[in-house]
Amino acid sequence: MQLVLEKRAERSATIALVSPLIAIGLTLVTMSILFAILGKNPLSALGVYFIDPLIDGYSLQEIAVKATPLVMIAIGLSLCYLANAWNIGAEGQFLIGAVAGSWLAVKTQGTDAGHWVLPAMLLLGALAGALYALIPAICKVRFGASEILTSLMLVYVADLLLDYLVRGPWRDPKGFNFPTTAEFDPVATVPVLIEGGRLHLGAIIALAVVAAGAVLLGRTINGFEIRVVGAAPRAARFGGFNATRLILLTFAISGALAGLAGIVEVAGPVGHLQPGISPGYGFTAIIVAFLGRLNPIGILVAALFLALTFIGGEQAQIAMKIPLDVTKVFQGILLFYVLACDSLILYRFRLIAASSKVQSGAH
Amino acid sequence: MELIEAILLSVLAASTPLLLAATGELVTERAGVLNLGVEGMMIVGAACGFGGAWLSGSIIVGALCGMLAGILMSLIFALMALGLAVNQVATGLALTIFGIGLSGLIGARFVGEKITPAPHLHVPGLTDIPLVGRILFGQDAFVYLSLVLIVAVWYVLYRTRPGLILRACGDNHISAHALGYPVLRIRTCAVMFGGACAGLAGAYLPLGYTPFFIPGMTAGRGWIALALVVFASWLPGRLVIGAYLFGAVSILQLHAQGAGIGIPSQLMSALPYLATVIVLVLISRARTGGSTAPAALGTVFVPDR
Repeated sequence: MQLVLEKRAERSATIALVSPLIAIGLTLVTMSILFAILGKNPLSALGVYFIDPLIDGYSLQEIAVKATPLVMIAIGLSLCYLANAWNIGAEGQFLIGAVAGSWLAVKTQGTDAGHWVLPAMLLLGALAGALYALIPAICKVRFGASEILTSLMLVYVADLLLDYLVRGPWRDPKGFNFPTTAEFDPVATVPVLIEGGRLHLGAIIALAVVAAGAVLLGRTINGFEIRVVGAAPRAARFGGFNATRLILLTFAISGALAGLAGIVEVAGPVGHLQPGISPGYGFTAIIVAFLGRLNPIGILVAALFLALTFIGGEQAQIAMKIPLDVTKVFQGILLFYVLACDSLILYRFRLIAASSKVQSGAH
Repeated sequence: MELIEAILLSVLAASTPLLLAATGELVTERAGVLNLGVEGMMIVGAACGFGGAWLSGSIIVGALCGMLAGILMSLIFALMALGLAVNQVATGLALTIFGIGLSGLIGARFVGEKITPAPHLHVPGLTDIPLVGRILFGQDAFVYLSLVLIVAVWYVLYRTRPGLILRACGDNHISAHALGYPVLRIRTCAVMFGGACAGLAGAYLPLGYTPFFIPGMTAGRGWIALALVVFASWLPGRLVIGAYLFGAVSILQLHAQGAGIGIPSQLMSALPYLATVIVLVLISRARTGGSTAPAALGTVFVPDR
């Protein structure tokens, strides 16, 4: 007997809907096995990971805080991936956005600058992220260089630039030599939504981004072109769509959103610029985009779920001494299952007899 | 004189993991499969390689553990991208994310431990020749192996029938299938070879390059190896040149930092990554007469029966 793939006549709508759920289910089973290998009780470990954060008010806010950058970045990435443009350097664009916005915060520190500072910072962050994302995009359309590799290389460059700035010119003179800028002034800080809470204005921005993404994809010519270029490049060429323009456009949008996420994170929950401001948001957002089926609403749900794994991972480390790396393993396994289940939308499995010599000879 | 010798020696050592990983990826891509998970396979190879060597006390066991880990990782990729016809770019990314987490998990208990690094060859008389002696006759086994391997790959790809069939799968899987070749099986073998090479390249880092394991010690070398394959236009000969060029860039920046030139160390550390971007642009631009990439690279193949 042999298991083979067979193309479906048309994509299965049922499986398209349930495949993320199947993927999550399979991931939980795999994680239980991993916890057992690590010598932890799988049920209580899963409880700490996925249930405990949901019944605690502080953790719930924290999930929304962590989901905020994931949503913003993943919406942008989904546009790229729909158009078959592979931006995998969102982490770098996130960092550059944080750096560019922080520049203004550092320069206006201690001056009597007014309330224009924060909006200007957000604008700078988005602009810098877009420009940084345009580097691989231009290298791609102008010279044909692989955008996958160039965008990823620029992540390391952005990381080093941030490191240089907070250890050198922007270091807080009163910071006991720690690599960090001074705390941002109140006018350079993203306001919290509930007094004393952690949830900040960024969450509203993220929701607006979801809405904008849905409108762009569903209601505009650009959105239509993005979907066609990705799904049927030949048809798009005959239709006279400009693929070059769409690569530049999707990269610029996703870079701007990643940059915006970066400066919101720094001016919001973190409050100053320092190395390690991102626990890999730019990479996790890739998983969010796929788990959310490259659909804005799906991405919102997926981002909340992956934010839950960040919080759950931290709690599991404290409560059960489970290493933080388990969270990354979890995210990787989840992406595997999501992709594998997606395959079932287009294909179905079929068992065929091993003695298929006659069969294959006849074709 | 001694400084030049020291620099050349460290260039050789720094280039070897790049060459090993890129050799494997070259074969994988020649069969038409784009495995972006090199970084993930390398880092798991590094953790398992160090673990194997530390537990057994043998460098060879360590190297074999690294290779085995790389092969197992590559089999996940093969199952997904070849068995289930999943997008290869996304699968490769998943493999890297998964690998980084897994290596942290495996390697956690080895952090802070030390081993005796792989011994260097010593041929009395020859190794003592000034300047060239230690470079030619004083390396560890990994360095020689990487060079033997790339020559072997060149020979198999261009001088043997299996090599021709493998390249056929990479250039036109439909024709190869029509001729009766088991495209998916051949590609799986190529992916496994790539995994073994990446695992070995990863294992070299804690076994030969630095005698300890730190999380994330591959530091993007897997991605640079991927870029090297593009740089080499998928040709083994150019791959050697590219690997040593990149090894040289990464070493020269270290020496420049050590020499205390008034340039921020972070800028120097960024050089290998910036160089990769610039080289990719120059190489891609020079190729005006169509791409030299295997024609079926990265495309999904589901045999119809």
